[in-house]
Amino acid sequence: MRKILEMNHIRKEFDGLEVIHDISLSVEEGEILSIIGPSGSGKSTLLRCATMLEKIDGGEILYMGERAAWTEPDGKRVYPKGAKEKKIKSYFGLVFQNFNLFPHYSVIKNITDAPIVIQKRPKEEVYQEARELLAKMGLSDKEDAYPCQLSGGQCQRVAIARALALNPKILFFDEPTSALDPELTGEVLKVIKSLADLHITMVIVTHEMAFARDISDRIIFMDKGVVALEGKPEDVFDADHTRIKEFLGKFNRV
Amino acid sequence: MSFSVMLEQLSGGMIKSLGIFVLTLVFSLPLGLLVSFARMSKNSLLRTVTKAYISLMRGTPLMLQLLVVYFGPYYLFGMRIGGSYRFMAIIIGFALNYAAYFAEIYRSGIESMPVGQYEAANILGYSKTQCFFRIIFPQVVKRILPAVTNEVITLVKDTSLSFSLAYAEMFTIAKQIAAAETTFIPFVVAAVFYFVFNLVVAVGMETIEKKLSYYQ
Ligand SMILES: Nc1ncnc2c1ncn2[C@@H]1O[C@H](COP(=O)(O)OP(=O)(O)OP(=O)(O)O)[C@@H](O)[C@H]1O
Ligand SMILES: [Mg+2]
Repeated sequence: MRKILEMNHIRKEFDGLEVIHDISLSVEEGEILSIIGPSGSGKSTLLRCATMLEKIDGGEILYMGERAAWTEPDGKRVYPKGAKEKKIKSYFGLVFQNFNLFPHYSVIKNITDAPIVIQKRPKEEVYQEARELLAKMGLSDKEDAYPCQLSGGQCQRVAIARALALNPKILFFDEPTSALDPELTGEVLKVIKSLADLHITMVIVTHEMAFARDISDRIIFMDKGVVALEGKPEDVFDADHTRIKEFLGKFNRV
Repeated sequence: MSFSVMLEQLSGGMIKSLGIFVLTLVFSLPLGLLVSFARMSKNSLLRTVTKAYISLMRGTPLMLQLLVVYFGPYYLFGMRIGGSYRFMAIIIGFALNYAAYFAEIYRSGIESMPVGQYEAANILGYSKTQCFFRIIFPQVVKRILPAVTNEVITLVKDTSLSFSLAYAEMFTIAKQIAAAETTFIPFVVAAVFYFVFNLVVAVGMETIEKKLSYYQ
């Protein structure tokens, strides 16, 4: 299987305080990896490093076997610029916790603007694909609506469609349902599940334990900036490991 | 002087006032954006210089600034002034002054944008420039429109400060006629003119605001 993403010995600090300590992980084509762990364990930071929203302080990141970011022995970070940067960016997409849709664009424009403006693809083709995506998301009737007219669940589905429209090799989710009311969570999880059936490579940070267990090929349990446990869902969830028992215990109690 | 002659002279002044108004906006709105970039720049020297410029422009009377722009080239460099420079000095003075106010308005608007908008655009592959002009700026315009409207309405009234350079706009002419003919009527006409002018501006800005109210 081809490796889509590789992160080797990643370190990240904020103001001299290291929050990611030497984390390595890789994601294969078609694989679904969920990252779970207590608040503040560094899940978002790791995802933001992978998507270049944060710069790493150590290690290297590879997409499709190409080096996308690394640090020199003297500690200098290297991030390729120009065409190379553009190419690397085209490999991944990210779905945010709070959607970050563009409020001044209609639903369809949110989805089509980047493929047309950035990828310079033909308008008709992009629009047709966008409509297919909207149909898949169950939002065909919302094409001309503006984000402010949608529910949180609908917004998140538009955000997923927007990310998919660029045909990324891998899609990251950072707590895609945490900003949603419980009754809207289900519809978004269902959409993500449907992407799993299409074998789209995904890395999902989530607090939805049942969902993670159900959908993932592999689970990473993060704690205090390190990978504390990694493996198949059943191995991780049923592991005889103090920290994860403690962590899962909190969920079972609520 | 008959009322119609008076009106004719005054309407010549109105057109000149309008000219100052339009040209000031044409120059100060884009200039203000550039100044706001400099004000938010990573370069601390540029930031400090811009900050000083803005506080000078906002901290001294516009009338004084007009006089400095007009007489400065003579007193500083011994250059000949007068003729067409009078009008140019007015536009330069107004544009520099209003750019400072607009810069602060732009800055407040740009800084109020949630960081998520930049991050989403970044992830989708927009370049910094594309992100600014396609995603950020249109939303900033909507946010700052009320503050811009205030400035624009002030500008309508401020055009009358051109009398300090004896430029024959509405207010200067009204004053001249009033003095020569010992009549109060030109001032009434001037008041009506400024009021109607502002009414039109207010309606125009409200229309734009309505146009942008399709979201959020
Ligand atoms: N921009 C930042 N500046 C300083 N510290 C930060 C920054 N972002 C994150 N941190 C710190 O890094 C650590 C990891 O945070 P992170 O947001 O990655 O955790 P998380 O696992 O995503 O938590 P949650 O489940 O609450 O989302 C925390 O201690 C946090 O305070
Ligand atoms: Mg987080």
